[in-house]
Amino acid sequence: MAGTGIGARVERKEDFRFITGKGNYTDDINRPGQAYAYFLRSPHAHATIKKIDTKKAAAMPGVVAILTGDDIEKDKVGGLICGWMIHSKDGSPMKSGGHPALAQGKVRYVGDHVAVVIAESLAEAKDAAEAINVDYEKLAPVVDLATATKKGSPVVHDVSPDNQVYDWHLGDKAAVDAAFKKAKHVTKIDLVNNRLVPNPMEPRAAVGDYNAGEDAFTLYTTSQNPHVARLVLSAFIGIAPEHKLRVIAPDVGGGFGSKIFIYAEETVCVWAAKKVGRPVKWVSDRTEAFLADAHGRDHMTHAEMAIDENGKILGLHVKTRANLGAYLSTFASSVPTYLYVPLLSGQYNIPAIYGEVEAVYTNTAPVDAYRGAGRPEATFVIERLMEVAARELGMDPAAFRRKNFIKSFPHQTPVIMCYDTGDYDASLKKAMETHDVKGFARRKRESAKVGKLRGLGYSAYIEACGIAPSAAVGSLGAGVGLWESAEVRVNPVGTVEVLTGSHSHGQGHETTFAQLVAGRLGIPIENVSIVHGDTDKVQMGMGTYGSRSGAVGMSAIVKALDKIEAKAKKVASFVLEASEADIDFKDGQFSVKGTDKSVDFASVALQAYIAHKFTGEQLEPGLKEGAFYDPTNFTFPSGVHIAEVEIDPETGTTEIVKWTAVDDFGVIINPMIVEGQVHGGIAQGIGQALMEGAVYDKNGQLLTASYMDYQMPRAGDLPSFTVGHTTTPCPSNPLGIKGCGEAGAIAAPAAVINAITDALGHEGIAMPATPQAVWKATQASLAKAAE
Amino acid sequence: MPKVSMTVNGKRVSGNVDARTLLVDFLRNEQRLTGTHVGCDTSQCGACVVHVDGKAIKSCTTLALSCEGANVTTIEGLANGQDLHPMQAAFRAHHGLQCGFCTPGMIMAAIDMVNRLGFNLSEETIRENLDGNICRCTGYHNIVKAIQAGAAAMGGLKVAAE
Repeated sequence: MAGTGIGARVERKEDFRFITGKGNYTDDINRPGQAYAYFLRSPHAHATIKKIDTKKAAAMPGVVAILTGDDIEKDKVGGLICGWMIHSKDGSPMKSGGHPALAQGKVRYVGDHVAVVIAESLAEAKDAAEAINVDYEKLAPVVDLATATKKGSPVVHDVSPDNQVYDWHLGDKAAVDAAFKKAKHVTKIDLVNNRLVPNPMEPRAAVGDYNAGEDAFTLYTTSQNPHVARLVLSAFIGIAPEHKLRVIAPDVGGGFGSKIFIYAEETVCVWAAKKVGRPVKWVSDRTEAFLADAHGRDHMTHAEMAIDENGKILGLHVKTRANLGAYLSTFASSVPTYLYVPLLSGQYNIPAIYGEVEAVYTNTAPVDAYRGAGRPEATFVIERLMEVAARELGMDPAAFRRKNFIKSFPHQTPVIMCYDTGDYDASLKKAMETHDVKGFARRKRESAKVGKLRGLGYSAYIEACGIAPSAAVGSLGAGVGLWESAEVRVNPVGTVEVLTGSHSHGQGHETTFAQLVAGRLGIPIENVSIVHGDTDKVQMGMGTYGSRSGAVGMSAIVKALDKIEAKAKKVASFVLEASEADIDFKDGQFSVKGTDKSVDFASVALQAYIAHKFTGEQLEPGLKEGAFYDPTNFTFPSGVHIAEVEIDPETGTTEIVKWTAVDDFGVIINPMIVEGQVHGGIAQGIGQALMEGAVYDKNGQLLTASYMDYQMPRAGDLPSFTVGHTTTPCPSNPLGIKGCGEAGAIAAPAAVINAITDALGHEGIAMPATPQAVWKATQASLAKAAE
Repeated sequence: MPKVSMTVNGKRVSGNVDARTLLVDFLRNEQRLTGTHVGCDTSQCGACVVHVDGKAIKSCTTLALSCEGANVTTIEGLANGQDLHPMQAAFRAHHGLQCGFCTPGMIMAAIDMVNRLGFNLSEETIRENLDGNICRCTGYHNIVKAIQAGAAAMGGLKVAAE
């Protein structure tokens, strides 16, 4: 499609600065007189701190200050919070242990923050940190998720003597029990959803600055949601009231969820800036990122599906144990509950669902949202069950899915969600044709000729994006509303600035949002600037996560544009000396119906500001409008991914030889950007399935704390992807957008494991399916074949 | 502190540095060339790739002092104002970047790949030779396409954007 409007593959406006090295990331920002922070971190998973001796360190060259938990306490700096309340089955609130920004008397994971050294240079801060003498009394750690709540386990937080955070459930247990009684067949599986480290390529960073003259703070930080950061730092941690605290999230180098949260380091930097009277800068190194960025996933699940004699699903019972780590991170509690169990219905008509989730503390890094957040875990459960059930029933996995697809909408699932639109069969059909599933048997025979095992796996996922409406999420325990804001400022020359509460850290909002605005106002896309990431420019917003920026953020812009058009029509009616009702607006021109009189958008903008054509009583001058948009429902992107793998039984190496994705994202603004989101998501999902995994040893030491130990997907590990779409527009927002950011990461793990187990001929493989694990599993396949 | 002198993007520069100063810190902190990034500190991710005497190296594990007298090119040295290097233009045309953090290192590694292997690069060659660069956003799909097109453009050939 030509042009720059909705549906056009417009090259990204933001790219010039990134490809020329002129991006402006937090680590590129330096404030006059700044000092450097380095965090002394706990080397133990679990210990009490008897004494911290900083005397020798404080005397070292360049040291400005050394601050500990005592200083935090003295200054009454509040603890870090978890913003989503979950209640257990018995109605009791979740057990939330204190989370000080610097440890107070106890450390609870390797990497926990013990002290901060602030010095003239980073090297001097590091040198001094080595000279701090901490007297620890080591405690036995809780590391193993399976046994964390066993009687006699060490206790992570006194508030929870059995290490349980909550024991939550959703759904109708009696209905599910009845369904299983009627079942002709029951499929059972046990799954581990492996622990991941998000690893955006830009490590987290913060620069805290304090202006004594204004008694005001500025925090530059790597945040996906600077306004939420300001709210938490202000209202809960108590750094300063909001009008005295500016948070700037400039160019941010990826987030994937891990930069949603309000962490200890930025809290300390902004607090310490006032304390030492200097700007304080901290930049994470990669090992610190592994140790202290919130991790993702880490579930153990037992799931059972009841199926009748016709291959129809009757019920689903899922029991999950979720590791939340040593402290409750900002949104940790919501991820294995409301972002997980409500998605277990997948694309299927399942009359009865019951999900139980026990969340536990362990002496490991906090676990929170990572790309997909709960939804990849749900998809892995339901899509592994579908594949295994089809195999047990001797049915074709695609046919079994098709038989159970939801076919009419809206569809109310038994677990909260009301799916608005979709055509699941259309995506499956298109994916199967594109992939040439018919040719798979031939390809498998060809692989067998050269001693390779070939397998094909499906993943038909559903996602819920744009979490909302605010009142509904509030009733489920959310501490915030999940609307979005926008302000459209038309300048007198007709150029436009759009202020959005969304934040772009790779998603291309500066282009996509500009496409919408340029198309609507009929002005060149170069005349539109998108402003985000600064609480002094944008008044309030909720940020970017959960694939919400298109569906929610752009809807807010549409609302503001509606107001702009209405006001501009009023101005045009004075300019054209016609009745407002007779003014049409199309392709950037205001015209009078039935005449050849017209005026362009820029001229109307000028007239709005010079205000010569109307009086103040008739019309307010200016052309600037704001809007808040609170959605009426979630959006429900869906799709089918097909993975085809080839396993070398000699080495256990799995090669992804073919990948087809057909997604329904509703209306797409920029297909180029959307395809990029899908590619990246699939890569992360393949990473989870084949190679990534955070490993703690029995002492709670993180064994995978660098790129030499934690395998990230590289170019040679991945194929090119075939990406296609079907479209059912979302009915609940003005643009029909559903969201696309997480789809690949949600769909991919199940597709890969379904393909590998298809190749192996048995279900005995867990993620990550490393060459060693696959090799062992092929030995079992060979043994089975020999029987 | 010892003094080090080198040519960076065609300009003679020098500075007094701590002996342990890394090239990337010299470039970022002393020369204010912040386009070169640090992503991992251990030579694994390639966000810090620059060219030293025409070859790609990882500036996060190179001492500034070891570059005495060297000719260094960073991402800032490729374009001439708005006039982009063909590899930069190809990354934009093929959507070979999202968050942009790994991009300078990717582009520097890609140009080095062309210098070593020529203008006609197969997908397999590109994927194999990108083993020192990590991207978390793109899944590499469009980076591979961008490098293929950028290589061809460097050789005066044209590959159409999708």
